[in-house]
Amino acid sequence: MKFSRKTLGIPYALFLLLFVVIPLIVLFYYAFTNGQGQFTLKNLIGFFTDPNTLGTLFYSLLIAICTTLVCLLIAYPVAYILATSKLKKKAVIIMLFVMPMWINFSLRITALKEILTLIEGNLAYHPFLNSVIGMTYDFLPFMILPIYNTIAKLDPFLIEAARDLGADERKAFLHVTLPLSVPGIVSGISMVFLPAMTNYVVLDMLYNSTYIMGSLIGSYFSAYNWHGGSMIALVLLGIICVFTLLMGGQNEEDARTGGAVL
Amino acid sequence: METAHENIIELKHISKIFDDGFSLLDFNLEVKRGEFVTILGPSGCGKTTTLRMIAGFDLPTEGDILLNGKDISQLPPNMRPVNTVFQRYALFPHMNIFDNIAFGLKQKKMAKDEIRKKVKKVLELVDLEGFEKRSISTLSGGQQQRVAIARALVNEPEILLLDEPLGALDLKMRKEMQIELKAMHDELGITFIYVTHDQEEALTMSDKIVVMSKGKIQQIGTPEDIYNEPQNAFVADFIGESNIFNGIMTGPMKARFAGGQFQCVDDVPEGTQITAVIRPEDITITTPAEGQIRGRVSSVIFKGMHYEITVQSGRYEVVIQSTRSATVGDLVGMTVEPDGIHIMIAEDHTNVFPVDMNRDHKLEFNGKKLRTSLTQLIKGTRRNEDNMLVNENGEVLDPEKIHIIAAIEPMDIRMTDDVDAEDVLIEGTISNLIYKGDHYSYVINTELGQDFIVDDEYLWNLGDQIGLILPIEKIRFSLKK
Repeated sequence: MKFSRKTLGIPYALFLLLFVVIPLIVLFYYAFTNGQGQFTLKNLIGFFTDPNTLGTLFYSLLIAICTTLVCLLIAYPVAYILATSKLKKKAVIIMLFVMPMWINFSLRITALKEILTLIEGNLAYHPFLNSVIGMTYDFLPFMILPIYNTIAKLDPFLIEAARDLGADERKAFLHVTLPLSVPGIVSGISMVFLPAMTNYVVLDMLYNSTYIMGSLIGSYFSAYNWHGGSMIALVLLGIICVFTLLMGGQNEEDARTGGAVL
Repeated sequence: METAHENIIELKHISKIFDDGFSLLDFNLEVKRGEFVTILGPSGCGKTTTLRMIAGFDLPTEGDILLNGKDISQLPPNMRPVNTVFQRYALFPHMNIFDNIAFGLKQKKMAKDEIRKKVKKVLELVDLEGFEKRSISTLSGGQQQRVAIARALVNEPEILLLDEPLGALDLKMRKEMQIELKAMHDELGITFIYVTHDQEEALTMSDKIVVMSKGKIQQIGTPEDIYNEPQNAFVADFIGESNIFNGIMTGPMKARFAGGQFQCVDDVPEGTQITAVIRPEDITITTPAEGQIRGRVSSVIFKGMHYEITVQSGRYEVVIQSTRSATVGDLVGMTVEPDGIHIMIAEDHTNVFPVDMNRDHKLEFNGKKLRTSLTQLIKGTRRNEDNMLVNENGEVLDPEKIHIIAAIEPMDIRMTDDVDAEDVLIEGTISNLIYKGDHYSYVINTELGQDFIVDDEYLWNLGDQIGLILPIEKIRFSLKK
């Protein structure tokens, strides 16, 4: 057999087939069949008529939106200040924000739990707030880094050009820095929003017993309802697809200009 | 418009000191309304800093910038009626051409119709009609440059600042843009302040050239003045090709240099040390008998318009531009008309630097001991039993109160590659060199911030890391009161 560059792709193709394509086919199969293996739309209709699943979907969206917003509100100023300041030890400060990622996730959340218990007395009083705090704590670095990267790469002469053309500092920020940091914001959002929809471990550890998408899927599978669970996973996949497509234009731009994605 | 201010902008006693040690000291410049002024100098000479202070991106540490007689030195850039064309254009990538050009007008809250009209007009001016909707990334470098110029000009600034705007273009495009910029300047009547390191660009376009080096103005003048009457060796060397020789005045309008006697037109007192500058095109090749000096042709290079002929005359090297060729190895004579010789009074290049007396009452510089007798230098002192210096009254001298200055001539300093050698007093980097006919004159930046001027007959490279050897017997010490 002649060895070509294509041959090098074979392991990757095999990997994709085994871990992406086949599971997806299986997912589709289960989502659109019933226990007897017959085609059915009952699972799909069931998802959108069952107040429980819909409630979970909206609760997940709510948590994800709140987490993303809080992350963005904290991360943008931090990233902006870090990227534009002339601090000598900038790398150390960035490291401080990134370092929590090196520590085991459950350990961090356990520590957070203790702190929150100390402040609130009983975690059960503010389950939603606690969940958002937990998620924000967990995902914040993923928001800071892409935004920091985009702002740091921004040509400082662009800001000077805006100032030169009569814009004051506020307008130069609004018309130049902010629009040009959108690729970083988009990367940040897609790295925070999607995981926040499903990361039920944070909720579990912080004693929030309300289901989000991740926990709902888990519960279906542990109750051996593979068909219902697959449909929920598929709907979630659909939401993610729509979301990614909406952000698509930006990401393309991003890839062209060197990218803000980590 | 007030007529009282013939000068649209005046920089008065401007100083700017940066954290990294670079500084611009006591900078003075006046620009007349409608002038095309070029600030010319090698990179790192402070020309861009000057421009940035006029634009408002850098604030001067000291001094005033007067625009129409009013001090604007502390105003932010958006409050100044000047606009800048940046070196790498700095066009906004998220806006199309129309929005880029309209940016400044929108800040002024101008009516939409008016903005559209003005953008259309300025696009015509830069030959980009109908480009409004195009995105920046579809444009070539030259077109981006035109948009950058249009974006600045549309605001009708009182002064247009251009920071090496043609640096990123290829040669042909650069030549075209030079002519177009000059035409725009003549058409609009706006004052242009142009920064470049390209002497040819400066000579072609400017009404006035400001030559800068090391944060100081070397000369201000018309292109003709700068070329024909350079005020010092730096300007002569930087603008065009030059033969530069050290020499001495031997009589009224008579000078001796490069091994010959020359008649000149500059009246400098007899006996004065001088630097003579001769442009290569002002030297004529003759028969050996007719020449004021003689030499052997060492190389001939055809340059299209002329031949560049190098002649070795004794220990001097003479570069000549001639339309007639010569044969390598031939003995030739050379003559120069009196008005082809430009005489400058030689600058005093003696290196002067402070040295310290350390706790042990020994002289040192850069942490290295200088073996010289301090008792002879400081009158009335002697060493006591602890080998400390004491004065007539037997009091031990305080090293803090003794300031000693050392001086050494450029030709007495030697350079070496071996920076760790024992006799190396200080290390440094070659930051500048000028060929002076029979030797090179180098400027060495040292880690102490002290610059040394060193004459050496051998060619070293710019940026070379070298050690300086200062023979102790050649250093003259003096006590500063």
